[in-house]
Amino acid sequence: MTTLLLSVQNINKRFGGLQALADVGLHIAPGQIYGLIGPNGAGKTTFFNVITGLYTPDSGTFMLGGKPYQPTAVHEVAKAGIARTFQNIRLFGDMTALENVMVGRHVRTKAGIFGAVFRPASVKREEAEIEDMAHDLLEYVGIGQYAHYTARNLSYGHQRRLEIARALATEPKLLALDEPAAGMNATEKVELRALLDKIRQDGRTILLIEHDVKLVMGLCDQMTVLDYGKVIAQGLPQDVQKDPAVIEAYLGTPAH
Amino acid sequence: MTDPSIVSATESKAIVSKTSATTASRSITPAFDSKRWLAIVGFVAIALLAPFIAQTFGGNYWVRILDFALLYIMLALGLNIVVGFAGLLDLGYIAFYAVGAYLMALLSSPHLTTQFAELAQLFPSGIHLGFWWVLLIAGPVAALFGVMLGAPTLKLRGDYLAIVTLGFGEIIRIFLNNLDRPLNITNGPKGINAIDPVVFFGIDLSKPQELLGVALTPGLMYYYLIMVLVIGVVFVSLRLQRSRIGRAWVAIREDETAAKAMGINTRNVKLLAFAMGATFGGISGVVFGAFQAFVSPESFVLWESIYVLAIVVLGGMGHIPGVILGGILLVGFQEFLRELAEPVQKLLFGHVYIDAEVLRQLLFGLALVVVMLYRPSGIWPAPKREDRPVTRTRSHTSRLEGGAS
Repeated sequence: MTTLLLSVQNINKRFGGLQALADVGLHIAPGQIYGLIGPNGAGKTTFFNVITGLYTPDSGTFMLGGKPYQPTAVHEVAKAGIARTFQNIRLFGDMTALENVMVGRHVRTKAGIFGAVFRPASVKREEAEIEDMAHDLLEYVGIGQYAHYTARNLSYGHQRRLEIARALATEPKLLALDEPAAGMNATEKVELRALLDKIRQDGRTILLIEHDVKLVMGLCDQMTVLDYGKVIAQGLPQDVQKDPAVIEAYLGTPAH
Repeated sequence: MTDPSIVSATESKAIVSKTSATTASRSITPAFDSKRWLAIVGFVAIALLAPFIAQTFGGNYWVRILDFALLYIMLALGLNIVVGFAGLLDLGYIAFYAVGAYLMALLSSPHLTTQFAELAQLFPSGIHLGFWWVLLIAGPVAALFGVMLGAPTLKLRGDYLAIVTLGFGEIIRIFLNNLDRPLNITNGPKGINAIDPVVFFGIDLSKPQELLGVALTPGLMYYYLIMVLVIGVVFVSLRLQRSRIGRAWVAIREDETAAKAMGINTRNVKLLAFAMGATFGGISGVVFGAFQAFVSPESFVLWESIYVLAIVVLGGMGHIPGVILGGILLVGFQEFLRELAEPVQKLLFGHVYIDAEVLRQLLFGLALVVVMLYRPSGIWPAPKREDRPVTRTRSHTSRLEGGAS
């Protein structure tokens, strides 16, 4: 059995009287696209925030790449190997697309203040590598020609792609995407699907939180459905799709 | 496709810059063309000759003004790191200038040894560490003060940060004003005088010298000294801007949450910005102390902080040439007004209605409002290398988002 990339067990998170997550657990194998879906308020984002260190869970265990993983500070999460995108795109608006991706390299590079000022050969090399890789990543997600555009002036779909490129720059073990298709039109969704497929084929693992059930069903290898903070179904998309609990959560109980 | 007939001047310029960017292929640094070089050479020539021109036409007074313009540029470049790069609004920046100036005053004047007998025994001829040593010390000391200001304000943003930094600036000034009792350390509001001048290879910069038949006044010599320091600060700023740290600063300015998610340790990186900015402020302060030979708390009032901030904001936040231009314009504007305000009023009305100082502040405020209305990113903001106009603004602006959460 291969080691799981991310293994999460018994996560509980309570906000006052609200049990936002109750005994949530999931296991992601390397190279998968793992879908996490659920109706509004199901706890998807809470779960996401727990994994990315924004919230501390009340209880639960995490294993990342076979090692215990304890997200304490948000900035350590990227270092540990989880990179995320945001539901409402959060780019560095005034920076160029290229610079945005270059920021993503921050966590894997180390030049400090003296390196910046005196720029020894090692720093020069590092900078050249950062820039090269950023260009490559922009081309990889298909927006190479917009490298010198200010991020806020890119089209919506391109901004989404840029966010993914920026996350990939951190060399993540797990790429966590928070509703990447939100606000996209049909064409953009098809393109996004192709991109995520490509990322998977290149051996990366993706956790996909999504509203768009169709996108998730067609793309994911495994999935979990959350409702009211609980896992109501887990497994292959085609099985989950038929699960009565899932149908009920999404469509409500049939009238009698 | 855009109809060529409606392509505006700015757009066509952008298209030109696009072609030059493509020829530079994969480099982020824009291609240097001959025009640009000419501009740089011209600027350097003017900068080198400026004090001679000022002396010929305006006398030593105008040379001093140039000295102060350079000092303010240096200060503004330091503040630009904090405000322009990292986006941390600092209204107490002048405190670091004060730290540098008082460090120079305490370590290079007879003040401490006349106050404390024990010290006088240790240093019978007084503490005269000299400008260069103090300059070396002032950097780290000011940086420490920068961290002291930064540490408690890490979680604050925008207006709240501004209020706390404003308080910090005032605390430093009030300390300087009151540390003459019970132990007379700063000599209170009376200030410290008889500060040693800069001595450069045995040449006392406060006395007129002669070099190859050219008479050099103190103002002139200080001009070149400060010029060298400004060039150093510009160099460091430029290097920082195009570095891993510089990008992290801008990332924090643009969206702190996203910066954190990208693995940037925002605490350390912000403290670094405060420390770097403070270092430049401290260095400027040391020069100020040596140049004036006298420091008092009066030089470090809130107005000064606002003035330096105005240079940064008016010039172009985060854009080094813009900040330099801002410094030249603001100091120049102030001095011209001082010269002209009263004669012009006399000429027009036969009587002085508004005092030059009042008029200066009035017009200064007006200029700020006008620039903020019509050029919100400053007179000379950082150029954008876009080759098409904004077509969609559907996405939110991250700054609003950050403020709301």
